[in-house]
Amino acid sequence: MSILVNKNTRVVVQGITGKEGSFHATQCKAYGTKVVAGVTPGKAGQEVEGIPVFNTVADAVKKTEADTSLIFVPPPFCADAILEAADAGIKLIICITEGIPVNDMVKVKRALRGRDVRLIGPNCPGVITVDEAKIGIMPGFIHKKGVVGVVSRSGTLTYEAVHQLSTLGLGETTCVGIGGDPVNGTGFVDVLPLFEKDPETQAIVMIGEIGGDAEEKAAEFIKKNVKKPVISFIAGITAPPGRRMGHAGAIISGGKGTAAEKMKTLEAAGVKVVKNPAEIGAAVKQALGR
Amino acid sequence: MNVHEFQAKSLFAQFGVPVPRGKEITSPEDATAWANELNTPVFVVKAQIHAGGRGKAGGVKITKDKGAVAGFVKELIGKTLVTHQTGPKGRQVHRLLMEEGANIAKELYLSILVDRDSGWPVFIASTEGGMEIEEVAEKTPEKIIKELIDPAVGFQGYNGRNVAFALGLNTIEPAVMNPFIQMMGNLYRLFMEKHAAMVEINPLIITKEKTIVALDGKVSFDDNALFKHADVQQMRDLNEEEPLEIEAGANNLNYVKLDGNIGCMVNGAGLAMATMDVIKLAGSEPANFLDVGGGATKETVAAGFRILLKDPNVKGIFINIFGGIVRCERIAHGVIEAAKEVKITVPLVVRLQGTNAEEGRKLLAESGLKLDVADDLWEAAQKIVKLTGKAA
Repeated sequence: MSILVNKNTRVVVQGITGKEGSFHATQCKAYGTKVVAGVTPGKAGQEVEGIPVFNTVADAVKKTEADTSLIFVPPPFCADAILEAADAGIKLIICITEGIPVNDMVKVKRALRGRDVRLIGPNCPGVITVDEAKIGIMPGFIHKKGVVGVVSRSGTLTYEAVHQLSTLGLGETTCVGIGGDPVNGTGFVDVLPLFEKDPETQAIVMIGEIGGDAEEKAAEFIKKNVKKPVISFIAGITAPPGRRMGHAGAIISGGKGTAAEKMKTLEAAGVKVVKNPAEIGAAVKQALGR
Repeated sequence: MNVHEFQAKSLFAQFGVPVPRGKEITSPEDATAWANELNTPVFVVKAQIHAGGRGKAGGVKITKDKGAVAGFVKELIGKTLVTHQTGPKGRQVHRLLMEEGANIAKELYLSILVDRDSGWPVFIASTEGGMEIEEVAEKTPEKIIKELIDPAVGFQGYNGRNVAFALGLNTIEPAVMNPFIQMMGNLYRLFMEKHAAMVEINPLIITKEKTIVALDGKVSFDDNALFKHADVQQMRDLNEEEPLEIEAGANNLNYVKLDGNIGCMVNGAGLAMATMDVIKLAGSEPANFLDVGGGATKETVAAGFRILLKDPNVKGIFINIFGGIVRCERIAHGVIEAAKEVKITVPLVVRLQGTNAEEGRKLLAESGLKLDVADDLWEAAQKIVKLTGKAA
């Protein structure tokens, strides 16, 4: 078992003929992911490492039964690409692209509301279910099959946590990057219940950062609904207010969204909060009594 | 990206949001000429800096004397204003706005931004105009009015009525009800069309003449959407930005200057923040946030070094790379090459982990460069803090 994606997931890569798209489509395929199609308008008939390219997502779905999309389309055209995937009947859209205008995402999120489709990202590393499917840009080799579910707003900081979990022999079930943008498709509160239900996941690592109130919402949810141990790190205790720290969503505004506040709220909800990111793995080990 | 008040107001005027008659003035002569043209009982000269609290810091001059405006221009240009938003160093005034005064009957607050929870635009309004909205929210949350706008259909009349009645405009001044609602619609249009991150009017005033006027204006824009708006890009004022941050931006680096003394260079925003946090835990303070991004090369590493070393507070450098797609041996080559070009005068700790980390560490160790190599994050942080001494 796992969440969101597994060995049967059939992936179409949008923007597959671009530099990023072709590189990562190849990497995902090499990991064992069923990458069944690619889409670049006007390039139908080509192949990328044996993956057939189509003009539209609708064509790709019709010919290959793709059910999940991985998007590398540049920011100005990305809202269009997400909506195209949703309209073509894709059920899970994973958008890697960084730099999509917020107001574009506002419209996309509204358009997807009430439809049978989940968007992960944008501005995220993607989703990996260890030894089954890697749908994103994370380095596959640092992951090891195990018992910890990881959900995070960050990319490389997630790799850091995963590396610790793997090194300590705990391993991961599925790792989900929800992205660093202020308006995204999937939040902590959407992923937490999936991990809670997944029989293989024994503990959950949640990596947050300054800005917004996704961590506070998660704390409320965990308090009521999550029985499994949750271990959390919140990046940005040293971040100054009013400054955007790389991610578009990582900003303390009007005194709200500080790391200290988030840590306090999570601790009050029974979450084990670690202050040192080098100790995430050790804290999970302790929580699992290993 | 932030813009000046006079730029915000020119956008307001363009979208049908009423503002006082005013314009940017650049010289005392210019001010006198504009005063003659304005021909109004009260003149206001306002310092233009990207920070609030200008009035209290002496950056806003009000006079009935047409002859006094030239003197105000001389006084304000070049003056350094210290407000609660500028930090102790303050901000030097380079630009001025001069406009007609207004007869204030009532001050209100109105802003629009994206509500992160719902992902919808939200208007925030209050009868407590002229005050810091954060303070109002903290002390009297019942005085904050929020109205979400469905982006599928955009602003509707009922959105405006909800806010207008909640503010009590029907009792305060019924004559401004409709102009207010219309103005909200225009603000929404500005917000969406120009890809603003936030539009704030504080205060929005009801005048004794029963009109509604944006007496102040603050607009910030979504950096990710600037490519769509050449007119907005032209409003950028480099005088208002940190020089090192401008240089970093030109090199596609994401850099924020801080006050500590350990410079850090990291790949990825989350890990960059976590690295700052670890430096603090180890007993020192970070000098900056610097994300070299996923495609770090020799050039980006060299540019990063140059920027870090230009900060006189930097007493040591900590490079923290978790190789994913970026391979550590390439980063190591980058560090070695960059160190040849840029003379590194402070202690350097390089922590490499992930893809080809061992190879990268070996390259660095054999390079003959004076640096420490680490594979563990905490060990590396402690090393650099030990080498530079703890913060006072």
